[in-house]
Amino acid sequence: MSSNYEDRDFGFEREYDRTMQGRGPRRMQRRKICRFCIDKVDLIDFKDVKLLQSYIPERGKILPRRISGMCAAHQRMLAEAIKRARNIALLPYAAD
Amino acid sequence: MADKRTYEVVFIVDPKVGDDEVMRLSETVQKIITSQGGQIVKTEMMGRRQLAYEINHKREGAYILLEIEGSGAEIAELERRMRVNDQILRYMTIRVDEDRRRAEKLKERRARKAARKSGSRRVAEKKGELESEPEIEEEYAA
Repeated sequence: MSSNYEDRDFGFEREYDRTMQGRGPRRMQRRKICRFCIDKVDLIDFKDVKLLQSYIPERGKILPRRISGMCAAHQRMLAEAIKRARNIALLPYAAD
Repeated sequence: MADKRTYEVVFIVDPKVGDDEVMRLSETVQKIITSQGGQIVKTEMMGRRQLAYEINHKREGAYILLEIEGSGAEIAELERRMRVNDQILRYMTIRVDEDRRRAEKLKERRARKAARKSGSRRVAEKKGELESEPEIEEEYAA
């Protein structure tokens, strides 16, 4: 089974679409915004399963940055937290 | 090793073990820590939860979270004891003081930056040395 991230709507895409409206004829690149930067998150806790779950698609993989639009620093923090949660069986290594 | 470190220890207890037995287990763990010169900052029973995958053919377990302050020697002892205990399905120790300090720093920097933005120019100049520090954007570079 291939995990096709593009097929699924994570709620991030809709947000970019709004930023596209009313722009000129220039081919607009969708502006991706890091949620954690907006919320000013400095620390991502591995115990916060609810939060982490929104960044793992059904296959159980970590959502890549190119989809979520997260900044590098926060993606690193998130990946670390997800891996810790996996170790302690809060999150699956692989679903299905 | 002289400096104080903060650790978070999470461990999963076998679901077959009764609640009072779990309590006793957590007390034993705390005794090990204090006898080795560590300090318990926080204990939290996270309760029984479903495991995301099977561990030793078990689908659920009781989670216990401890926050420990110490040199690191007591962690070694604790892990050694947990490894041989059949009731403990899994444990994980994470050092949190460094990450917390880093988060604190980021927060401070952000606060300073906000103050600089709203404050007068003279205030900003006084903080000249701070200005030369790498900005928060770099840390959060897009």
